[in-house]
Amino acid sequence: MRTEEIRDHLQSLDSSLRLRIVLESLLVENPEDLARAVRALKSSPRLKIDFLSSVTAADYLDFLETVYHFYSVELRIGPVVLRARTRRDDPKIPSLCGLFRSAELQEREAYDMFGIRFEGHPDLRRLFMWDNFEGWPLRKDYVQEDSDVLESQDLAWLEKNSIHVSQELKTRALDLQARGLRADAQRPAAEGPANSGAP
Amino acid sequence: MKNKTDTPLTEDFDTQTLQINVGPQHPATHGVFRMDLTLDGETVVRLKPVMGYLHRNHEQIAENMTYAASMPYTDRLDYFNSMSNNFGYALAVEKLAGIEVPERADYIRVILAELTRIVNHISVIGFLLNDLGAFFTPLTYAFREREKILDLFEEIAGSRMMCNYFRFGGVKRDLPPGLLERIRTMMDVFPRFLDEFEALLTDNDILCLRCQNVGVLGRELALNAGLSGPMLRASGLGYDIRKVDRYSIYGRFDFKVPVGSKGDVYDRYYVRVLEMRESLKILDQALRQIPSSGDIISRKAAPFLKAPRNFKPPVGEAYGRVESPKGELGFYVVSDGSPQPWRYHVRAPSLINLTVLEDLCIGHKLADAMVILGSIDIVLGEVDH
Repeated sequence: MRTEEIRDHLQSLDSSLRLRIVLESLLVENPEDLARAVRALKSSPRLKIDFLSSVTAADYLDFLETVYHFYSVELRIGPVVLRARTRRDDPKIPSLCGLFRSAELQEREAYDMFGIRFEGHPDLRRLFMWDNFEGWPLRKDYVQEDSDVLESQDLAWLEKNSIHVSQELKTRALDLQARGLRADAQRPAAEGPANSGAP
Repeated sequence: MKNKTDTPLTEDFDTQTLQINVGPQHPATHGVFRMDLTLDGETVVRLKPVMGYLHRNHEQIAENMTYAASMPYTDRLDYFNSMSNNFGYALAVEKLAGIEVPERADYIRVILAELTRIVNHISVIGFLLNDLGAFFTPLTYAFREREKILDLFEEIAGSRMMCNYFRFGGVKRDLPPGLLERIRTMMDVFPRFLDEFEALLTDNDILCLRCQNVGVLGRELALNAGLSGPMLRASGLGYDIRKVDRYSIYGRFDFKVPVGSKGDVYDRYYVRVLEMRESLKILDQALRQIPSSGDIISRKAAPFLKAPRNFKPPVGEAYGRVESPKGELGFYVVSDGSPQPWRYHVRAPSLINLTVLEDLCIGHKLADAMVILGSIDIVLGEVDH
């Protein structure tokens, strides 16, 4: 089925769904409708979507976006791609865990990397990074910490474990703290999309 | 660590559940994987997987370099099957940039992908027996056969495991002379080894007792939890991306998709054995059909080998997926028209197959939890990406 047909089909099942075609996928205009759209996909006799393959997110500077790839194992249809957009400063997307268990770890991963809160997820914790890690590593404005530079918190830990630190490193760490700075690494890549072509 | 909140299990004894950590450094976790377990006696009542010890933000690394430069990094995802990882990434980018692959290159790709499947499945079975307590003897036999295939890989790509052999629109270089005959020799010997291996294992009492009815995974849960590959097929669903998508030239080959009936550890073992036999069938057909000469990289993509920064796929996105030996390996790539991908995501089958680990292990003994984990077949390079 072509994307237009899928859109019309979904809207005939649930007339209040607002869907827009972006590339070859369907953008759910109001993220609150996401679960309803997925329920329509699941119940549709023509699509019989029963497999949520991939859940991921992307940062487009103005907004964050989640992308879902659905398949029908029974009818061998796919991929049907849904996407939803959310604000960058307070990103919230309804969780699909209740409908597809495969979202469980993948939503945790997207939360870990982008900070999108999946509402209704039973156990939304960081997946790869440690619990008190700060920042969202895959957002485009994330600046990596320079792990070679000591910071005052590191000094405290080293002293607690009675590891000797030279006076020079101590002064530099305290200087950073006094100026309220973090030891940031140099960014390797250019900023921003090359031709503002984020889809 | 004692868990004080639990009530005694029997009237007579003051028993409590016990919380233990298995991993991250534990030989049975197949890498730096940790299981946070709660045991009632020896029975698992709660299990939480903890991962990320090998996390290196593979996706960010790829977003900070050219498309071609991430090809060697994909080798490090599932380091048992670098060829399959290359295949998935190449397919996704070819879809994005609209590149066709020459016929000979397609055959080479399929041959290598199927050899990889054999490498993976024979190792998994070896490790599974390790987990069962048959320490290293079966694994050594399995590795002996695996090594023969890795020797071929070394000849083809220059490296046993980190092959980095696929390129967008084809492969890096043509096969060395006489290689197809050497694959043929390997294929003549391998079924005999497999028969011998199976004679020792398939009807083995210990294997049957330890594996049958352990870690049973129903069809509905398997599908709902996004499982793929031998895990899904052992639960009775004959879903194979090689058959469904017919990517590359898989539509030309005649092979069956083995399925299990119960979805227990034994079925997962046996499905893998059967898949190796099917892979041999594909190899046999591919070796007979492969054109003896021809391009190994598409004319459109060849100039970018020397100038990777000129490779700028048009704005858009693509999702390419392959049937890797572990399951559905998908690459989601978004291009903004620059030489670097704007977004690069790996749908890692090992990670998603772990979703059901707790469901499979609850109610089984601790020793069975190890076997169940072994039968899921994870590689931490891929889980943690």
